[in-house]
Amino acid sequence: MKDEKIKIYINDKPYIVKSGQTIMQAADSIGFHIPRLCYHPKLSVEGACRVCIVQVQGMNNYVASCAFPIQDGMKIYTNTPELRQARRDIVELLLDNHPEDCHTCERNSNCELQRLAMSMGIKKRHFVGEKKHYNRDLSSPSIVRDPDKCILCGRCVRICSEIQNVHTLTQAYRGFKTVVIPAFDEDLAESVCSTCGQCINVCPTAAFIEKSYTQELFEKLNDNSIVKVVQFAPSVRAAIGEAFGFEPGTQKENELVAALRKLGFDYVFDTQFGADLTIMEEASEFLERLQNKQKLPMITSCSSAWMKYLEQFHSDLIENISTCKSPMSMMGALIKTYFADKIKRDKKEILSVAVMCCTAKKYEAARPELMIDDVRGVDIVVTTREIAWMIKSAGIDFVNIKGEGFDNPLGLSSGGGAIFGVTGGVMEAAIRTAYELYTGETLIEIELEELRGFNNIREGKIMMEGKEIRVAIAHGLGNASKLLEIVRKEPDRYHFIEIMGCPGGCIGGGGQPYAGSSSIPLDENVLKKRAEALYGLDRNKTIRRCHENPNIQKLYKEFLGRPLSSLSHKLLHTHYSAKKPEGILPAEFKVR
Amino acid sequence: MEKELDKREEELIKYMDEKKKLEYPESYLIAILHKAQELYGYLSKEIMLKIAYYMKIPTSHIWGVATFYHYFKLKPIGKYVISICLGTACYVKGAQLILDKLKEELKINIGETTEDMLFTLQEARCLGACGLAPVIMINEKIYGDLTPEKISEIIKEIRKKEKKLQSNVAKN
Repeated sequence: MKDEKIKIYINDKPYIVKSGQTIMQAADSIGFHIPRLCYHPKLSVEGACRVCIVQVQGMNNYVASCAFPIQDGMKIYTNTPELRQARRDIVELLLDNHPEDCHTCERNSNCELQRLAMSMGIKKRHFVGEKKHYNRDLSSPSIVRDPDKCILCGRCVRICSEIQNVHTLTQAYRGFKTVVIPAFDEDLAESVCSTCGQCINVCPTAAFIEKSYTQELFEKLNDNSIVKVVQFAPSVRAAIGEAFGFEPGTQKENELVAALRKLGFDYVFDTQFGADLTIMEEASEFLERLQNKQKLPMITSCSSAWMKYLEQFHSDLIENISTCKSPMSMMGALIKTYFADKIKRDKKEILSVAVMCCTAKKYEAARPELMIDDVRGVDIVVTTREIAWMIKSAGIDFVNIKGEGFDNPLGLSSGGGAIFGVTGGVMEAAIRTAYELYTGETLIEIELEELRGFNNIREGKIMMEGKEIRVAIAHGLGNASKLLEIVRKEPDRYHFIEIMGCPGGCIGGGGQPYAGSSSIPLDENVLKKRAEALYGLDRNKTIRRCHENPNIQKLYKEFLGRPLSSLSHKLLHTHYSAKKPEGILPAEFKVR
Repeated sequence: MEKELDKREEELIKYMDEKKKLEYPESYLIAILHKAQELYGYLSKEIMLKIAYYMKIPTSHIWGVATFYHYFKLKPIGKYVISICLGTACYVKGAQLILDKLKEELKINIGETTEDMLFTLQEARCLGACGLAPVIMINEKIYGDLTPEKISEIIKEIRKKEKKLQSNVAKN
């Protein structure tokens, strides 16, 4: 039935399309882009906004094309004058209950509602009525909820429940008083929110944005009494170009280093160095667990949204979690100790900044467990979007800037560190190193194709001296829940598991540039291109295994001693614990 | 009092257990919330949390449902729930004066509860007793042909009864 071809008419022209589709899907397949708002191909169909209405011959009312199935011989009209008028009225009514502050809004020029109003030909506001007003929720260290900007499309509610399986948000109350809010009207900080920021990615307006630290950072950058140090994550270089009009997948590593220096940073380091170090510690921890028959499977801990999710939803598996801090926090710890010693400055005189593709890293950086003595390892976290704005705001010509290299010793990294940003990358890098640590031989075939790609849950095997090591990978918290269910049922099925909180891994993080007019949030094609940028960086490196990084070797020789040494444990490892409020996973959950 | 609480919880759990045996147990959420409100008078956060953990339904989902329907009470209600009919017939016959008097006597607005947790005031559209207009309903009992003076008497009567009850409790 599904592959049957049927004939439909769009605006009186006949087309042959596959049956079993909605009007919108069929129209998309033949090049008619019906305007839409609440629809997202990865989420369930809500049919709430009515922007995608079309006329169907024989039907009295307009139908929502996102939800209406096609039939053989159906005559569909997408652009009649009456329909255009009705659609425009719908968007105008949305605008009526929306602030008139586009020129000062975070999403100005990158807002779906704005684009929609433009394409509808709305030139002024005709309807004037009561506007809702709520206080902004500023409680979370990562995410700001601003209901005044919300148009109730429900995408955030759906991604939080259907993809992430966190269920922080609901549409509470009804009619004019409907509001997107956590349970019991509580603040985000008191809720089960994992701070992953996917709600920001799918929000068509600025109802969800990251908590911005740019003003504070601009002030500190002008303080000459402190040493300003910055690191940035692998995925930032794979995506920041998009914020400056470059094609997705254009990596801008050296350009970003140069721009950060121009912004006023004294030292620009690479989180990928932290990633290499994480692999040293994590691979060693894994082998120790394997040899001493300790708790397995070991599960990675570098995704901060995943860690918060684990502590609230899956605290029974805390023992399985690697004690390694994330690459960002390892870097933070080294900057405030090893590097501070090198430049003979007190750690309190160092400002440690991290540019991340992630909103959850803002939460992570503030975790008390990660303090180095009495200071934070990372003082300020800004997202890819924030740093792109800062670069523009400071008048730095990013498009034409001449690339520069990282500072050392914390700027040199291997290819294994680069692929950390894409789902499966941590596992791939870990295997490259664990194999050699375990067998004493170098792994030749290092591009592990079975671990790559965007399938929800992926499994793989590797033989180490006759011992079969079984691994699994999940990306997105919903997929993570599914994988953990398998682990609970079959505790011996895997030895090592990688989990990333966001779909696609860090490249799809909650802090990445907004989708443009030609792409949609979470667009798999964009994610693939960003991933390819990181795989390209890996391929172009002469050092591709983390343990071969000479600066890592030097760090152990000069400072840490060896992986899992007592100093390593003090600076690079931490512990997780069950946290309130305890999250509830629905009895039935299907990953979409 | 504590014993009574246990009994209520027992009944709620029994009710949820029944629903759990059926297909799609989570689809009985509204019925469970009804049961909880019947037992406790309103839906407290604690009760909703209990239902959430027991039925494995995320709290945000429960909150969405509980706030959507006007029937569900999210705040504790008084022992006497006074519904004043503001439907057409009652309104024409002077329901506004009755409402003003109630507000004055109880010192609360519609949707509120007195501090002593005795009275809750709510509006109703039609109680189906238009022949007796203007009417109010106190818990399950209808009072008709009302005047502001009669309201004072009714309230006074209830307060007197409650005072007596309390002093009896104190004596025992």
